[in-house]
Amino acid sequence: MSEPLLSVRNLKKHFAVSGGVFAREVDRVHAVDGVSFDIGKGETLGLVGESGCGKSTTGRCILRLIEPSSGEVWFQGADVTRLGPDAMRALRRDMQIIFQDPYASLNPRLTVGAIVGEALQIHGLAKSRKALEERVLELLETVGLQADHMGRFPHEFSGGQRQRIGIARALAVDPKLVICDEPVSALDVSIQAQVINLLEDLQEKFGLTYLFIAHDLSVVEHISTRIAVMYLGRVVEIAGSRDLYDTPLHPYSEALLSAVPIPDPTVKRKRIMLQGDVPNPIRPPSGCHFHTRCPIAKPDCSQRSPELVEKRPGHWVACHYRG
Amino acid sequence: MAEKLLEIKGLKTWFKTDDGVVRAVDGVDLHIDRGETLGVVGESGCGKTVTARSVLKLIDMPPGRFEAGEILWKGRDLIPVPAQEMDKIRAREIAIIFQEPMTSLNPVYTVGDQIAEVLRQHDKLSRKQAIAGAVEMLRLVNIPNPGKRVHDYPHQFSGGMRQRVMIAMAMSCKPQLLIADEPTTALDVTIQAQILELMQEMKDKLGMSIMLITHAMGVVAETCQRVVVMYAGKVVEEAPVEALFGNPRHPYTQGLIRSIPRVDRAAAQKERLEAIPGSVPSLLNPPVGCRFAARCKFAMDVCVKAMPPLKEVGPGHRVACVL
Repeated sequence: MSEPLLSVRNLKKHFAVSGGVFAREVDRVHAVDGVSFDIGKGETLGLVGESGCGKSTTGRCILRLIEPSSGEVWFQGADVTRLGPDAMRALRRDMQIIFQDPYASLNPRLTVGAIVGEALQIHGLAKSRKALEERVLELLETVGLQADHMGRFPHEFSGGQRQRIGIARALAVDPKLVICDEPVSALDVSIQAQVINLLEDLQEKFGLTYLFIAHDLSVVEHISTRIAVMYLGRVVEIAGSRDLYDTPLHPYSEALLSAVPIPDPTVKRKRIMLQGDVPNPIRPPSGCHFHTRCPIAKPDCSQRSPELVEKRPGHWVACHYRG
Repeated sequence: MAEKLLEIKGLKTWFKTDDGVVRAVDGVDLHIDRGETLGVVGESGCGKTVTARSVLKLIDMPPGRFEAGEILWKGRDLIPVPAQEMDKIRAREIAIIFQEPMTSLNPVYTVGDQIAEVLRQHDKLSRKQAIAGAVEMLRLVNIPNPGKRVHDYPHQFSGGMRQRVMIAMAMSCKPQLLIADEPTTALDVTIQAQILELMQEMKDKLGMSIMLITHAMGVVAETCQRVVVMYAGKVVEEAPVEALFGNPRHPYTQGLIRSIPRVDRAAAQKERLEAIPGSVPSLLNPPVGCRFAARCKFAMDVCVKAMPPLKEVGPGHRVACVL
């Protein structure tokens, strides 16, 4: 891995569950429960896991769209979690996000030109009206939209085109890091491929670094340099993308990968069936969070919580018995 | 040749809207043999769900209307069948499960009551017998502790468990055909694997046929014997699953298969995905010729003049393309 652009250290986010007459805090959802990873300059780190594992919350905590409960997020020599509002706003020029739902993340009352140009105005990046318009045009072309789309409203576009608008908006401020939160999950496969190709082209052209959050393992494998697998608020494995697919070490990663359907009827694989559902994150299991569903769990797995350890070069696993 | 359980001939289901007539299903031919699993694939808006709902006559009329065609259930056309008789067919012969199990279960009744209702429609049972039957059904779909869970409400179940409840409800009437409309789309991969396995198990136990509607090619490859590919309201290709993946003939099918990232291929890592340019045409004014022509890289003059009919190109393999 190259020099890290972003370092996340022991990030935690607990949401309060209130109840009772006075809406006291009665419990906590441990959405993100001590996550650490690095992202190198120009690489794509894939963050995968099932619904509720905390992958989106992790992405949002990095940008402080959700305030983390504790932990550090180092970006360009500063701990993002300690920045004041002004410094934070300046920093958002360098960190942008693309959301899953291209329908919900665009203001329906603004034209495409206004949506893409908004960030340029906020950060004072356009000297004049004309310069602003030129920059917006350039951005639309970069993402494969046309000049005459500028005056139109989001509802006039298809899902794939709306996602392109979202990408143009993120690129407007020339960011270094883009957090892609399930950017293709809402799209049909043929359109999904268009957007994935676009993201790859843009990365090459502008030297972008991506944190790519998704639940679709085939998409993540395709686009990522390295992958982190999350389960119930914790990272259980981090490895190079091919390495993870060829030799997953954590039993959860192994089961997750074996569950991905392969679009080829001649391929017959052995599937590892996980029993039951993901436990409630309000009361996650003691010790290793995965021990209740783990096929190789031993008695002490419910006692001791495994640390993320580099078991092979560049391959980190949080398991007492694997690797 | 196996017995045809369901045969759809030239079905056209249109919807009247303020903007004009939407030709959601526009001349669909397909059949399902006894005991087989047929996959119906295509992207959003291709008419696969409308086709499925047409079979059970679950289309609101108006705005919907059967413009032409026949739906032959064991040789008898369902289109002229009166509503009361259709209820009997829905209770005893054809069952359906939907994508979103939360919205298709009634939130104010316990799951036991809802399954019992189906059982009582089917057989003359007392309430007590029906609840006992519901417990049996929940046990059949591997819900832990069925005697207790039968008194729970839908919101007390997780997504995967709710889909199990839906399957239990569908199985209660011992149907000959199960229509599964995107049954695993809302679920995580490990839960998806569990549900697909459960459906296969139910199929083997009860000897029913399944019509599996999905957009996921991987799911099709792993569960279906035959596949029908739909595009913009029409069937463009029909083939046994091995032939469809091994030798796809329609450019749309080819594009669909190539646009999916593959985790099982080592070399796929840095290979570019083949995206299909453009997006699906509007069904308000569908093009006269082949509906895929505008996005097809092989399109010729003849393609835009008339829609090519389905032609036999191999055993059970039919394609609607001039090539």
